[in-house]
Amino acid sequence: MSLDVRTKPAEPAQRARQDGLDQRELRRRERRFQHRDKWWGYVLIAPAGLGLAVFYLWPVVQTLYYSFTEWGAFGGTSWIGLSNYRTLVGDPEFWQSLGNTGIYTGLVLLGIPISMALAVLLNIKGLRGTGFYRTFYFLPVVTMPAAVAVVWRWLYNGDVGILNHALSTIGIDGTYWVSDPHTIRFAVAVVGVWMTVGYNMILLLAGLQSIPGDYYEAAALDGAGRVRQFFSVTLPLLSPTLFFTTVLSVIQSLQVFDLVYLIIGANTTNALQNPAFGEGQTVVMLFFQKAFFDNQRGYGAAIVCVLFVLIMALTAVQFRLQKRWVHYA
Amino acid sequence: MRRRSLLTAAAATTLAAAPLATGCGPSSPPPASSGGSSRRGHLTYGVWDVYQVPAMNRAAREFERTRPGVTIDVQLTPNGTYWTKLRTACTGGAAPDVFWMNGGNFGLYADAGQLLPLETEGSDAVLRPADFPADLVSLYRWKGTQYGVPKDFDTVALWYNKEIFDRAKVDYPDSSWSWQDLISNAQRLTDRKRGIYGVGAPARNQENYYNSIPQAGGWVISEDKKHSGFSDEHTREGLRLWIDLIHRYRASPSLQQMTDTDPTQMFQSGTLAMTYEASYNAATFYRDRELRAKVDVAPMPKGRHRASILHGLANVVYARTPHPELAREFVQFLGGEQASLLQGKYGTAIPARDGTAKPWAAGMPEFDLQVHLDALDYSVPYPSSTNTAAWQHKEQMWLAKAWSGDESLTGATDSLTDAMNQLLAQERKGRS
Repeated sequence: MSLDVRTKPAEPAQRARQDGLDQRELRRRERRFQHRDKWWGYVLIAPAGLGLAVFYLWPVVQTLYYSFTEWGAFGGTSWIGLSNYRTLVGDPEFWQSLGNTGIYTGLVLLGIPISMALAVLLNIKGLRGTGFYRTFYFLPVVTMPAAVAVVWRWLYNGDVGILNHALSTIGIDGTYWVSDPHTIRFAVAVVGVWMTVGYNMILLLAGLQSIPGDYYEAAALDGAGRVRQFFSVTLPLLSPTLFFTTVLSVIQSLQVFDLVYLIIGANTTNALQNPAFGEGQTVVMLFFQKAFFDNQRGYGAAIVCVLFVLIMALTAVQFRLQKRWVHYA
Repeated sequence: MRRRSLLTAAAATTLAAAPLATGCGPSSPPPASSGGSSRRGHLTYGVWDVYQVPAMNRAAREFERTRPGVTIDVQLTPNGTYWTKLRTACTGGAAPDVFWMNGGNFGLYADAGQLLPLETEGSDAVLRPADFPADLVSLYRWKGTQYGVPKDFDTVALWYNKEIFDRAKVDYPDSSWSWQDLISNAQRLTDRKRGIYGVGAPARNQENYYNSIPQAGGWVISEDKKHSGFSDEHTREGLRLWIDLIHRYRASPSLQQMTDTDPTQMFQSGTLAMTYEASYNAATFYRDRELRAKVDVAPMPKGRHRASILHGLANVVYARTPHPELAREFVQFLGGEQASLLQGKYGTAIPARDGTAKPWAAGMPEFDLQVHLDALDYSVPYPSSTNTAAWQHKEQMWLAKAWSGDESLTGATDSLTDAMNQLLAQERKGRS
């Protein structure tokens, strides 16, 4: 059935003898060929590698360097060692924005079960209009965060927003969702979930569809009902996809900027007037504020370096934990 | 490392070029032979207000007409990204030859040697200080050197909706109004059932508390730029006016409401009877025919003193422009009578040059715009230091907490004072 692996290395030598070439010459040719092969490989990945180095790796190294400097508004840096990091530790604004980002990430992760439920529903055989639903749920993903933010800002408006209008019909007094320190985080997270549900759903749907039907047949034969099938077959086999969506969601949420920035109204002239600004500000927003408005770029660099390390650490932890719950079929 | 040395070299060149370009040394007089008309070249002019582009374009065309071979390209960058873009462009050596500057950012640019000094005396004077309001000229003076020619100015006044006043049978505001009149009338004008408030009391600095603070006898920043004045009792009094209008007298929408809907918009849609607005909004109100008939303007009610913050933009020249002489001529032209009158005619901004503001007020006869011009007589300069943006950020964040009631005014201003003093100390350290 299969080739005998053990005899394989002997083959070229045999052929060489037949061709009248000696062993050494052959090995030399082989090595040259391998060498050229490797060389071509490098050439082919060079453009991508170069792009990565120039636009990703070098800026990372540079940012790390700048985080140890004081950087004037117009270039010209001076080395100040760990001073930026020391300031960071004692900066309540940093800790608050880190907390806000953490809460946002946690809330957005709650969207994964929603995506999962939608994916399972859309995976039902014989369901009509799946194309429409897929497009419907995917629409927020392809919409610009700026447009999303502007629209939601109106929906959330305390006086003329449609949300409060709807609530008033059932006798509930709405609040000023995006300018109330108590509600801003939830208001933003709802939009965050709304925007990511479609993307995660599509990924999970692909995962669901890659599960072979045989497993369900076998499970059904063994007498497993729908619920049992879901927990014993679907969930374990979907765990690699779930892991992927979780890792991706965490990274994206920790880096959230434009959506929150615009919902909070930071693009308007009365940005900082929003009494919920402190409760809504994310780490990247703080970086943006420090680096580009307050002209403390070294400090800004330190902020993103900490965020970078944090994301790396969290992702590493997730990869560590995956052994406990992710099953690769 | 190479990048660093490159930047250092660039900075050194800039600094080295600055005194060269001024021609301040007796050994380097400006080349007198090359008269204005013989210069050719292409200039870029950076601006941020879309409403002023027509006026700026018109001024640029006028300048081109008198200088054959010269072309001016007016480049618009929206306000939101203007400063980040400009700072990057300055660092990279590619900023517009001439651009707009405001009081809050001026210190940073002047201190870093990004602007070309402008002559104020002699036959080559780009501007004569006597032609402009003194506070505006000094706003763009750094360590004894002039860097900007005032372009326009804006003062603040009390705008009111006559319809709401008539309905509530309240007399229109006039120059006799005190803070007490403002408070009591705002209460009378408030009609919660209709969703109408007497006055808007947002946490805006230029329109609101930068006026009430000096009116109460307080101060924002010390003259030597070393100390914050926010914990001064008089300063607090100036801030308390607005907070009380919201919470104590309930005559203004809450800060939350005004975050969701801008108070200027509320005024335009008829839900605010009074609002403090800067003069640059007059043209916006005027453009709306329906609104035009309903609203008018009065001086700000006086506190312990009468005071109005004075702010205005300036035209500045980029230090590394390849055409320093031509750029200076253009800036001089923009500050001249012809361009100033032209600017006033377009209505958006009040020209800074003395004696050219009349057409601005005359262009909108339905409004009593003279009050904006009269405010010059009791104006106080706009507070600024090297890195104004950094402490204004803290200022707005802390004051918003006081405005919303999440923090006591004393607590918020104490924290703000600490934060601001710390930033001011950093500024001084950075400069030495």
